Amino acid sequence: MSTVEPTATKRFSFMDILKAPLLIAIALIIALLLLGEYLSPGFASGQQILRLLIVAALMGIVAAGQNLVILGGREGIDLSVGGVVSLAAIIAGNLMGGENSGIVLAILGCLAAGAIVGAINGIGVTLLRIPPLVMTLGMLGVLQGLLVVIRNGIPSGRAAPGLSQFVTQPVFLGLPGIIWLWIVIGLAMAFLLGRTMLGYRIYAIGSNEQAAFMAGMPVKTTRILLFVLSGMFAAIAGICLLGYTGSSFANVGEQYMLPSIIAVVFGGTALSGGKGGYTGTMAGATLLTVLQSILTTVNIDESGRQMVFGATLLLLMLFYGRGKALRA
Amino acid sequence: MTTDLVAAPHKRQAHGLKRAIERFPFLPALIILVALLVLNGVYQPRSVSFVGITGLVKTYLALMLLAVAQTYVIYAGDIDLSAGAIVSLVNVTIITAMTALGGDTGAVIAGLGIGLAVGLACGVVNGIVVAALRLQAIVATFATSIFFTGLALYVMPVAGTPAPTAFWRTYGGRILDIPFVLYAVIILAVLLVVLARTKLAVRLLSVGDDQQAAYQSGLPVTRIRLQGYALCGLFAALAAFCITGDTASGDPLVGGKMTLNSVAAVVLGGTALAGGFGTVTGSVIGALIIGLIGSLVFFVGTPSEWQNLVQGVAILMALMAGILVGRRARR
Repeated sequence: MSTVEPTATKRFSFMDILKAPLLIAIALIIALLLLGEYLSPGFASGQQILRLLIVAALMGIVAAGQNLVILGGREGIDLSVGGVVSLAAIIAGNLMGGENSGIVLAILGCLAAGAIVGAINGIGVTLLRIPPLVMTLGMLGVLQGLLVVIRNGIPSGRAAPGLSQFVTQPVFLGLPGIIWLWIVIGLAMAFLLGRTMLGYRIYAIGSNEQAAFMAGMPVKTTRILLFVLSGMFAAIAGICLLGYTGSSFANVGEQYMLPSIIAVVFGGTALSGGKGGYTGTMAGATLLTVLQSILTTVNIDESGRQMVFGATLLLLMLFYGRGKALRA
Repeated sequence: MTTDLVAAPHKRQAHGLKRAIERFPFLPALIILVALLVLNGVYQPRSVSFVGITGLVKTYLALMLLAVAQTYVIYAGDIDLSAGAIVSLVNVTIITAMTALGGDTGAVIAGLGIGLAVGLACGVVNGIVVAALRLQAIVATFATSIFFTGLALYVMPVAGTPAPTAFWRTYGGRILDIPFVLYAVIILAVLLVVLARTKLAVRLLSVGDDQQAAYQSGLPVTRIRLQGYALCGLFAALAAFCITGDTASGDPLVGGKMTLNSVAAVVLGGTALAGGFGTVTGSVIGALIIGLIGSLVFFVGTPSEWQNLVQGVAILMALMAGILVGRRARR
């Protein structure tokens, strides 16, 4: 097995950090921060960067689950994350009802909801062999309907003060709790993907499912687990989003559906699976957030903002994972 | 996959349902459609009358056309997440153009021409970024959808500009006592039959079946994929005409919600998302299934707040059933 791709035997080491897409993303983030500071002085101040990182953390946590599903290959993708974020935000708001005492129950309830949605996705994709795009697209429709039902029955609920404080106020070394949470998730993902049996399995299944199956790996169980984790990460993001906004509103999670995929792509993970990691995705989520933030700072119409955003995304994509040219 | 290699020699011996679905991939969808029509008729007899069906077609003609648009790119194994944004852009463009030109018959025709050109241009842009620049279709067309939405907002910042009367009166009206939309459906049917017989349809399917093989047998793969996106843009423009006729007003965000439904309609119609297998007929049926599920949920008396959920579950079930039946038959 001397010709194994380097990514297949990925180790959590310093070399990981020097992966090219990550460098590109970091360089672009710094360039955009400088541009922002030039366009609107104060853009790159400590306070502003902290605020940007909070928003990036929300996107990054959703992208963690998306990242896992995509790494698992076979056109892995999870379009239902947007629905899960919205669902978790409303469940959390109601279970805590503005009281700190309800936080634990809210977290457990949301994680369970996310896990159930993910499990149904995973079972559909593996046992029934529905393409992930179709399965999670259908699930998104179900979740949107479920949200309508929930909204009609009960008020939208409020965030507990403790949760809002965790997300927006410094808790340790001047950093808000959500950023610490994101760092912990980043370390846990690097450990999971680089040091554990599960991590090796994810890369193996993502790069060659047939071979992984022949080698006796539990392909189906692993893939179901990836979707469960994706649902749970989206649920965590939903809880944090509630803490950030104070109360949840309709389809609050939709803004994360496709951007979470773009964050993964900007992090250097191939949509075909089996290649990439989460460290890059964290940078990708930050890059996306800084870009959006710059566009809201400059004084142009919404139309111009969207056009520049779309065009910039296309331009940035040219740096990453262009398909191979066809050769005879 | 190895299973394909093994299965190929037996394909000719397959009989009955298997062979039928092999030739007509939309059969499972057709069965679901008929069942839905019967159920609709049971719960609301008037819904399957001439007027009821005409109304259904009038409302869902736009989705049918967008599903057809989506089918041509999915044939080649690509996807277009900007299809809905193209609908929005064409919608606001034609209304602005028609109003600026005076709103009479000549202005309407000129506006439609402009709309087709805009749709075609959007399709070509998608084709360039996906086929020529080789970006991933899902993320690249999402990026272009943001760009097109921006353009639509530039053309018309807020929703509400009414369409010229000449335009929506014609769309909702009758010619020789027959509703206009029925003419549109007949023209669409002829158009689809003609397109299905062209070289392009076969070429798109062969690119979707195996891009490398298509390339090695001398097909200009990049150009074919680009043509698929261009065709998609044109049909998205036609979808925009229908939605403009139906709503009679401009809305820079009107098509956004239609994108994912168009993908669902294509899958419901038995077309493989991976490319290389499918029919536009199936996509039209798929769009009607989505429409009929919506009306059935209403007719059986589902409480209003539960309608979206029941509809979502029903569509998910139909998607899963279609894929399972289609695969079993093709094996």
